[in-house]
Amino acid sequence: MNTELTGIIATFLLTLVIAIPLGKYLAKVFAGEKVWTDFLKPLETGIYKLSGINVKEQMNWKQQMKALLTINILWLFYGFFVLIFQDKLPFNPDGNPGMTPDLAFNTIISFVANCNLQHYSGESGVSYLTQQYVLMFLQFVSAATGIAAAVVFFKAFRDKTTTQLGNFWEFFVKAITRLLLPLSVIVALILTFNGTPASYDGKDKFISLQGDTVNVSRGPAAQMIAIKHLGTNGGGYFGANSAHPFENPSYLTDMVELIAQVIIPIAMVIAFGYFIRRKKLAWTIFGVMTIGLFMLLIPMLNSELGGNPALAKMGISQTTGAMEGKEVRFGPAASAYWATVTTIISTGSVNSMHDSTMPMSGTWQLLGMMINSFYGGCGVGILNYFIYLIVAVFISGLMVGRTPEFLGHKVEAREIKIAAIITLLSPFLILAGTAIASYIFTSHGDAAWAVQPKNWLNNPSFHGFSEMLYEMTSSNANNGSGFEGLGDNNIFWNLSTGIVIFLGRFLPIIGPVAIAGLLGAKKFIPESAGTLKTDTKTFALMTFAVIIVLNALSYFPALALGPLAEYFTMLK
Amino acid sequence: MKKYIIQSIRLTLVLLVLLCVIYPVTVAFIGKMSKGNGGGEKITKNGKTVGYALLGQSFTKPQYFWGRPSAVAYNAAGSAGSNKGPSNPDYLKEVQTRIDTLLKYNPGIKKSDIPADMVTASGSGLDPNISEQGAAIQIQRVATARKIDVKKVKELVAMNTLKPFMGVFGPSSVNVLKLNLALDELN
Repeated sequence: MNTELTGIIATFLLTLVIAIPLGKYLAKVFAGEKVWTDFLKPLETGIYKLSGINVKEQMNWKQQMKALLTINILWLFYGFFVLIFQDKLPFNPDGNPGMTPDLAFNTIISFVANCNLQHYSGESGVSYLTQQYVLMFLQFVSAATGIAAAVVFFKAFRDKTTTQLGNFWEFFVKAITRLLLPLSVIVALILTFNGTPASYDGKDKFISLQGDTVNVSRGPAAQMIAIKHLGTNGGGYFGANSAHPFENPSYLTDMVELIAQVIIPIAMVIAFGYFIRRKKLAWTIFGVMTIGLFMLLIPMLNSELGGNPALAKMGISQTTGAMEGKEVRFGPAASAYWATVTTIISTGSVNSMHDSTMPMSGTWQLLGMMINSFYGGCGVGILNYFIYLIVAVFISGLMVGRTPEFLGHKVEAREIKIAAIITLLSPFLILAGTAIASYIFTSHGDAAWAVQPKNWLNNPSFHGFSEMLYEMTSSNANNGSGFEGLGDNNIFWNLSTGIVIFLGRFLPIIGPVAIAGLLGAKKFIPESAGTLKTDTKTFALMTFAVIIVLNALSYFPALALGPLAEYFTMLK
Repeated sequence: MKKYIIQSIRLTLVLLVLLCVIYPVTVAFIGKMSKGNGGGEKITKNGKTVGYALLGQSFTKPQYFWGRPSAVAYNAAGSAGSNKGPSNPDYLKEVQTRIDTLLKYNPGIKKSDIPADMVTASGSGLDPNISEQGAAIQIQRVATARKIDVKKVKELVAMNTLKPFMGVFGPSSVNVLKLNLALDELN
């Protein structure tokens, strides 16, 4: 069998071998049961003490969200000022300039929101201080925020009726000490010993074999690359992200980074089932998500391994597949697998340039981000999925003519309204954003911005439209990858995507937690013969249908104008 | 509300120490034991650094094996792909030019011998590798330019070919810098 395919099969299997036990472990950690990492308790107690936190204090869902928003807003201010003044602060060996306010606005929202859309380039746009004290810091805490929000949501369904959903700070700190930090140390060391720089040495210079003088950007990259994947952040140390030979030196590190970004999203699904003592529910959710993964992966492999038809016409050989924007050490199969997981999960790191992938691959990448819940981001994946699930419960309830219920709680008008708003938010932000961008591109091409609108696009025609659509979709999904040909460092893209990222992050966290909080407070109705069971194959199929129908209705026209149109043009 | 603000500030400060000082410094410290002391593995020739093992370099002379086209001309102070879409007419012209160049400088090869990686830009612009086929089409040229036996060059290519990881996972590749260094050492 083709070694490129065995590589990705092995990667996926290894992911499951790690993620499933990790999920069971997480359920115990957040339930406060005994686990082998309890030796870290003194560290946590120390953190609580120094921060003035009493973890015995119980919070209801509103207090939880207040705590979450307070600390997130604090990070926005802290980071914004560091980014603007980084040229005047220490640890800037390469002498990189401070950011413009609009770029700082975009960057800080993007990193607080776990999105990591980058309108700067790591080598020339940020200092070492910014890389570590703002960007890497936020990669940890934004992932922990998502995980803590998900645990609050779990809590609402563990007991029959409750408003006491635990302590936000406890979940948040434990997500770091029991999960993100220890795993980051392991991954960072694997990367370092395979060639990724980890030291604080500045730029280097050498004279190449042929006599050219070459400057080399370096720095403490391994530490950041570990958490960028574990926390489904995706913001790279270097401009080319995980395509850069320093960020991703070999096929082994490629496998490690691929596994690292998928384990926590899968583990959170498993943890949900074990935490609320309904394992079967977790496995059906996992099943739907996994089928979703393969439905996007297989056609993407097909189009990438097939190569570029336009290049085939020129008569060259594409034995392994399309190679533009890809690295030889990974090959098209591992690049297509990466492109799939990085878009269904909101990582957004890349090991190949998505702008240069085949048109149909672009379609699957966009669709993965539009659905945004096949595993999904750290913690937020399961929250996004829950919205689809509630809609499915509601529609099923209408079909059989009963009041819809979820896990023994009646789903009523208020919850459905919240779910409907969250469902409509994504298409609204993506489509309105792309429409405004297209309007400015066509009607105000000469606006005097850093990049003039008429020069935004790196590719003409349908592919150019895809670049704008991708940017908005990636922002809304808090994904952070891009069709990087887009000239995005100017006031329009910085502000518009900043706003989209902010809304696309916090509303889809607050919405599901609010629904869970409201449901959890309601009277518990024991299961009866007439209860709609949510852990059956039939219901899984129903949820899947809801996901497909909602997304197809919302996005088909936009996809038809972009990648689909390009695909059919190339068939000629 | 005020309580949350104060707790947030204090927690942020504590975590800054844990995550931005203790964690990265520990990794950097242990990383000193890795090849290249955690600063990237260097390749030296006669005591002088001539490159980094992981970073590709620009090779244009006929006596060297060429790497892949690069959107940043192998300038390692930056990194980027071309971001050209698959149907972009300008891009397709560029690829045609690269095919013509290869045909011109490597007499005896056919169009259908040219692998995709030799005429497409890599994702990072710093790709250190080419495919085995990418090396094969250049063997004759290098041997002629250096006036050495084709068999000898073939041997060196084989020696600098990295097989799939553990023999079964991923593609094989040829490290261009190491191969060229080995060629220089022959003379």
